[in-house]
Amino acid sequence: MKILTGNDLASGDVVWWDGKGWSRDVNDAVDAGDSADAILAAEEAAQRVNAGYAIAATKTAEGVRPAHIKDRIRALGPTVRLDLSLRPGDPDAASRVI
Amino acid sequence: MYQYDEYDQAMVDARVEEFRGQVARRMAGEITEDQFKPLRLKNGLYLQLHAYMLRVAIPYGTLNGRQMRLLGDIADKYDRGYGHFTTRQNIQYNWIKLEDAPQILADLATVEMHAIQTSGNCIRNISSDHFAGAAADELVDPRPYAELLRQWSSFHPEFDYLPRKFKIAVIASDTDRAAMRLHDIGIQIVKNDAGEIGARFYVGGGMGRTPMIAPVIRDFVPALQMVSYAEACLRVYNRYGRRDNKYKARIKILVHEIGADEYRRQVEEEFAHILTLGLEPPQAEFERIAAFFADPGLESGLADGYDRSDPDFAVWADQNTAPHKQAGYKAVVISLKPAGGIPGDASADQIRLMAELAEAYSLDELRVTHTQNIVLPHVKQSDLYALWQKLDAAGLATANLDLIGDIIACPGLDYCSLANARSIPLAQKISARFASPERQRTLGELKLKISGCINACGHHHAGHIGILGVDKKGTENYQLLFGGSEAADTSLAQIVGPGFNEDGIVDAIETATEVYLKARAEGERFIDTYRRIGAAPFKEAIYG
Repeated sequence: MKILTGNDLASGDVVWWDGKGWSRDVNDAVDAGDSADAILAAEEAAQRVNAGYAIAATKTAEGVRPAHIKDRIRALGPTVRLDLSLRPGDPDAASRVI
Repeated sequence: MYQYDEYDQAMVDARVEEFRGQVARRMAGEITEDQFKPLRLKNGLYLQLHAYMLRVAIPYGTLNGRQMRLLGDIADKYDRGYGHFTTRQNIQYNWIKLEDAPQILADLATVEMHAIQTSGNCIRNISSDHFAGAAADELVDPRPYAELLRQWSSFHPEFDYLPRKFKIAVIASDTDRAAMRLHDIGIQIVKNDAGEIGARFYVGGGMGRTPMIAPVIRDFVPALQMVSYAEACLRVYNRYGRRDNKYKARIKILVHEIGADEYRRQVEEEFAHILTLGLEPPQAEFERIAAFFADPGLESGLADGYDRSDPDFAVWADQNTAPHKQAGYKAVVISLKPAGGIPGDASADQIRLMAELAEAYSLDELRVTHTQNIVLPHVKQSDLYALWQKLDAAGLATANLDLIGDIIACPGLDYCSLANARSIPLAQKISARFASPERQRTLGELKLKISGCINACGHHHAGHIGILGVDKKGTENYQLLFGGSEAADTSLAQIVGPGFNEDGIVDAIETATEVYLKARAEGERFIDTYRRIGAAPFKEAIYG
């Protein structure tokens, strides 16, 4: 699947296209398919996302998994500060990213 | 310490208000990200892997307690309770909100700080010896010269759009503690045969994709002509530096391609022209600047020596203090490298504590080192024990300066959008593997540096042992390098062999230390043994 990510303009938070808007949780990401470029263009023009781009991902039993490690870390947060990540209560979160 | 005059303050304040307006226009949608990006970068605001990152300039790494305290307060108020001290003697905050950035810069301006020229293709923060003004082996304090260069390079219109970023380091001792020859321009303050103070210019060094050691371009420039010579060096680079290829745009490539002799010829020609313009700073202006760095209040008549009866304290004092030019004092290095910790990170509370300790014990001065530690430069030897107790209680008394646990590591793929691999987990694993203080001291000086990509922010080329993280078909892979040095014996580390995964590289390093311990001669450091016996015994042990 092809999913869309970017940053919230004001906060800088990493966000994911969920079909209607932008979520902080990668597991909300939906397949943008052939509409990726059009969605990004419209959303950036409307200031709803900043620095957006499309990436490859797969949907697994655990959730949406970006294909590249960089985007998996982007989705989680720093593996060395899980207390600051989106999975602060999950001590195995970093190992699943790798 | 230098204090802003009305011009410095007015320039910084004006920039804050200018940026406040730029952010407001961006938030209102009046300018696009493409238009805004170069404006925010000129104010040190990057968009990194997880959020905006703000890099704050710390000129030549020097701070007072008030400034340091504010850095801690910013970490609490605007970030997530910590800051990251960098290999350019700066501090970075990893979780900044765009809407807060102008007010952070306004707060910084109240203590004579800013984030100007911490990004972009301009002259970056001038770095220097972290023991400047305290070092027993320095000719003079290099910071007045660094400050002169800071003033010259700040908002210099001709050098605002260079082919690439430009980094300058200034030192004034034969012991290079600033990786001087690995900068675009390295300046050593020296004395000539006539006893006059001047500057030796090394030009064209750097790490990154194409590491090079800077050759000497001029052996001696009279002190007050230093700025004009730097101007000539930059002008030739600005004219002929490669703008067609980002990867060949640094000055090191120009100096290498046309040769040091031809580069020197062109610089001398330009320098001769600049001298006709009479742009050199007046002696009185230099003396005005230098007066800020004069004796910070050191007491005379103190005796060397202190009570060493606490063995843990004695170990720390031996490892983490350096000789001071004034009897009865030491320069203290606070390690930000606890075993298993994140190199260079400090919590807001730790930052504020270091500010308090600087005010109490170090004549209100601190330094950030390019090795991601903090220095209290002027500590009375009689205060060392009390200082150590307070550092120890705060987890800041790790006795590992220049040992294998004192690792430089870039933020890597945990934070950086340019990185290919994570650096910090490796540093944590290595420092945990070698956590035993006795084992570290047995190994002796061993500088280990880790970069998460070829840009080399972690100085892996300059490590006795260097590690470079690469992306190998979507997985992290780590190349092992040996033989680098950023000290006066500058050398570039070379790749030893095929790369490893995260666990494999830690094992390989342990194997290398075993080879060293077996082969070393009396008094040899790891780098000395490596240079003497070469890579072969290490390769054989690591790869079989």
